[in-house]
Amino acid sequence: MKDNKNISNPEIVLQIMDLHKSFGDNHVLNGFNMKLYKGENLVIMGKSGSGKSVMIKCLVGLMQADSGLISVMGKDITTLTQEALDILRADIGFLFQGSALYDSMTVRENLEFPLRRHSKKKHKDSNTEALVLEALTNVGLAHAIDLMPSELSGGMKRRVALARTLILQPKIILYDEPTSGLDPITAKEIIILMQDVQKKYNTSSLIITHDVDCARVISDRMLLLIDGIDYAVGTYTALSTSEDPKIKAFFKH
Amino acid sequence: MSGNSKIKNRLHVFLIELGDLSFFTSRFFKEVFKHPFEFKELFRQCYNMGNRSLLLVGITCFIIGLVLDLQTRPTLMEFGAVSWMPSMVSISIVREIGPIITALVCAGRIGSGIGAELGSMRVTEQIDAMEVSGTNPFKYLVVTRVLAVTLMLPLLVIIGDAISLFGSFLVENLKGNVSFTLYFNQVFDSIEFGDIIPATIKSFFFGLAIGIVGCYKGYYCTKGTEGVGKAANSAVVVSSLLLFIIDFIAVFVTDIFYDL
Repeated sequence: MKDNKNISNPEIVLQIMDLHKSFGDNHVLNGFNMKLYKGENLVIMGKSGSGKSVMIKCLVGLMQADSGLISVMGKDITTLTQEALDILRADIGFLFQGSALYDSMTVRENLEFPLRRHSKKKHKDSNTEALVLEALTNVGLAHAIDLMPSELSGGMKRRVALARTLILQPKIILYDEPTSGLDPITAKEIIILMQDVQKKYNTSSLIITHDVDCARVISDRMLLLIDGIDYAVGTYTALSTSEDPKIKAFFKH
Repeated sequence: MSGNSKIKNRLHVFLIELGDLSFFTSRFFKEVFKHPFEFKELFRQCYNMGNRSLLLVGITCFIIGLVLDLQTRPTLMEFGAVSWMPSMVSISIVREIGPIITALVCAGRIGSGIGAELGSMRVTEQIDAMEVSGTNPFKYLVVTRVLAVTLMLPLLVIIGDAISLFGSFLVENLKGNVSFTLYFNQVFDSIEFGDIIPATIKSFFFGLAIGIVGCYKGYYCTKGTEGVGKAANSAVVVSSLLLFIIDFIAVFVTDIFYDL
């Protein structure tokens, strides 16, 4: 069990209250609640189709919730203008499940892309080249700067995507299944990288994963999303020793 | 489901699609005048669409010019009117065949390309990634592509017309010993601004239709790789159909002006 010193910090950077989202008759989220504290790693687990990705997309405004409050660093994103939302998004990094690298651009251009919109606000004194190199060095891929995404392996793509997420130095990082589709060794490397990033930039992280090992290593707290609600919240140890059959099902190997 | 309700259902889907397409088009016109302007991406798209379609348009139009001349020649010879060949070919190419053939080739080449590219970006979450990074993907991806195809199509039509006429000249030269100067003197004597201007204006609308439909189908693509294929396919089908509708309206409007 890892040291949970960050949880003692009471500042909430991200909060969801009573979130509802339906697709026709399919009620995906039925009053979901969660809080993410500053510097914390919160892992969300749930079955496939339980609404984890829908929830995380509502969080960044990619999807409109039916009702509920979504507060990011004290701002209710459901009431923000597009301009204000775009500015706020600079503080939220999003690592997509499939990396989502722009495949018509080189690695360098992929990393430069977010800077086009936010560089003046966030990096007044830095030049783009230095920022790109620093971000790539952080993930150990400085040598791949001029490669195309099609020339990268799955693990390298995930690292480049993480570098692209880091380039704006976000305060919150959302990881959508960061280790899915990777072999165990590469998955472990990505987990170590996530820990390094958290230490270096003191980010708060929301991690959606099916990977119990990943959850065990990286989580300060865990939340189980079952039947569209926050069914259980607690540390890995507390949840993995629970007698509740619905919770136990997640930790069976 | 009864036949009646099937028709109702299809009509309902068609009207919703039409509404969405209209909304998409109005969004394009709103965004096109807003900052920031993506000039670099616009030039890149112009180069991609213009330069890379040139060979296909050139070959197609060259063959059309050859075939048109070869097919029409015997009939005109029968009436002893073979000297009218340059006039007939030039007017039919400039007014109608050049723009519509070039537009159809571009609907296949560019429309399907846009549909497949944006569709694949949608299903692999690249468009979502752009949005999350605070960039307006509609502005970056859609506005630049629609503008590029709208600007490039009239240029391709002009080049295609010239190549078609050259194809026709080759047949005339080989079969009728007509010189380059004589052929093109007759061509330019026959063509008026009243032929060129409406054809150029409708080419802009052809480009706009190809761009809007291709982007719309790709941008709202769903259902994974199957959806990407459908987006590319329906981009070609719908834009080709739209081209003929626009062509009919353009000819109809031009005809009214000729009558005035």
